[in-house]
Amino acid sequence: MKEVSQENTSGTPTEYLSAPSNLPKREWKNRLFRTIFATAVIFSLLMLLILIIRIITQGIGSIDWQLFTNFASRHPDEAGLKAPLIGTIWMMALTGPISFVLGVGTAIYLEEYAKPNRFTTLIQTNISNLAGVPSVVFGLLGLTLFVRELSMGRSLIAGALTMSLLILPIIVVSSQEALRAVPAELKQASYAMGATTWQTIFKVVLPASVPGILTGTILALSRAIGETAPLIMIGALTYIAFLPESIMSQFTVMPIQIFNWTNRPQEEFHMVAAAGIIVLLVMLLVMNSIAVWIRNKFQRRF
Amino acid sequence: MLASQEKNTEYEDNTTIETKKTGNSVYKVDQLNLWYGEDQALKNIELDIPEQEVTAIIGPSGCGKSTFIKTLNRLTEMIPSVKTSGGIYYRNQDIFDKKYKVELLRTKVGMVFQQPNPFPKSIYENIVYGPKIHGIKDKKVLDEIVENSLKGAALWEEVKDDLKRNAFGLSGGQQQRLCIARCLAIEPDVLLMDEPTSALDPISTLKIEELVQELKKNYSIIIVTHNMQQAGRISDNTAFFLNGEVVEYDQTDKIFSSPDDKRTEDYISGRFG
Repeated sequence: MKEVSQENTSGTPTEYLSAPSNLPKREWKNRLFRTIFATAVIFSLLMLLILIIRIITQGIGSIDWQLFTNFASRHPDEAGLKAPLIGTIWMMALTGPISFVLGVGTAIYLEEYAKPNRFTTLIQTNISNLAGVPSVVFGLLGLTLFVRELSMGRSLIAGALTMSLLILPIIVVSSQEALRAVPAELKQASYAMGATTWQTIFKVVLPASVPGILTGTILALSRAIGETAPLIMIGALTYIAFLPESIMSQFTVMPIQIFNWTNRPQEEFHMVAAAGIIVLLVMLLVMNSIAVWIRNKFQRRF
Repeated sequence: MLASQEKNTEYEDNTTIETKKTGNSVYKVDQLNLWYGEDQALKNIELDIPEQEVTAIIGPSGCGKSTFIKTLNRLTEMIPSVKTSGGIYYRNQDIFDKKYKVELLRTKVGMVFQQPNPFPKSIYENIVYGPKIHGIKDKKVLDEIVENSLKGAALWEEVKDDLKRNAFGLSGGQQQRLCIARCLAIEPDVLLMDEPTSALDPISTLKIEELVQELKKNYSIIIVTHNMQQAGRISDNTAFFLNGEVVEYDQTDKIFSSPDDKRTEDYISGRFG
């Protein structure tokens, strides 16, 4: 580079830069990649749109009050979602607190208390890997451990515990991210005043990270709400004509009911299934909106 | 703060100078070594830090001065790879002793950081954070602590009308004085200041320097600075750190007029660093 600049002392340096221009080629490449990426966006949006339009046109006619007040039935026009809807709400009400306490507790321990050594690295790697384990495997675990070994039967609590295990890794990882985002200076300020680790966590770390933690938890729950495989594994029923009375009751949930209806030969059941999907999608949308709302409302800049 | 007020009145009553220069030391550092993993950051540090004086620690970047000051309240422990040997005695107690409660040490030794780091709370909540941690709940007492601490940090006049305001709305210099006030609220004995003015403009810097002069009447202050003029202006003693060692430690006047070590002279006169 030195030589070049010496040679260029006679001419201007801009001459050197503007000489054999490869600009047209670079511009063409730029356009090419922009097109590729834009196509990717359009493709996925289009697919989503087709799905939504299809579901809505098929199912909107079946959405009426009866859908929410009737139990499942052999007659499509009388079939309703009451049992799976209440079942799903029970499921979320149980899975939410269980996975929140376990997940956030694990994250806090790993981030704030545990000293980094081989053991914690091992735990960390395993948690990340668990997030990638297929949900059917979690179903098998739930069947062996909760349904059989702990003889909980095919109950709500067995299902909720299985679901909690399934979404636990997601909650742990997203909570850890949220905890890590708390500036070290704030923690130091607290420690430097003689605060204990718990006081620092409770008064400084958690207030700053709760939005992130809640967002992660809600997004994980909205994954759980649509999961079918693990609950089929532990034997959630597809047809029940009663509401769960306790955590030991048998139950069904929305995706199982939808799966069941789509498997029937009658076209009318497919329409009820589509209506069920709309209800499920609305539930998901509401949960995700709450997550976004929490994130925006409590967002703090440091 | 109540205690420091009493101290103040004591001065006015009788002897100002005698009580000030007690000749006692707050810290005795004995052959302190510190490693980050394999890298040794502090080598055989030996220092006696006197009571109610300002002790400045100067030296080029990476010489271990920040590490040293953070060892004095054991904040370096937050970094997992850190290992230490040797001893630090605060008021004749070994702070590395297993039975010694680090929370108690940090209650007696306040710290102000390089970047102002108020909590994302109101001014009021920032000040009462420390007292509340140590179990003070009485609203009246807390109010009093807030007023006294803010007055002690020369911030009261600027913020007294709206203590519920978020601390992030203050200017950088105000935030730093708030952090000092936050330290004063737990009635410390020593104030550690880690380059407290390096992120501030000259006017804010001047205010902090004046404040340090004021505070040394009641507190022992240890201040890390890479600004030699600052050390010259505000400190009574100066330690010159280089590559993790104390090259020279003496009264500030002596260090700046006739240092014993050639390296100190070179640094002071700006030949390196």
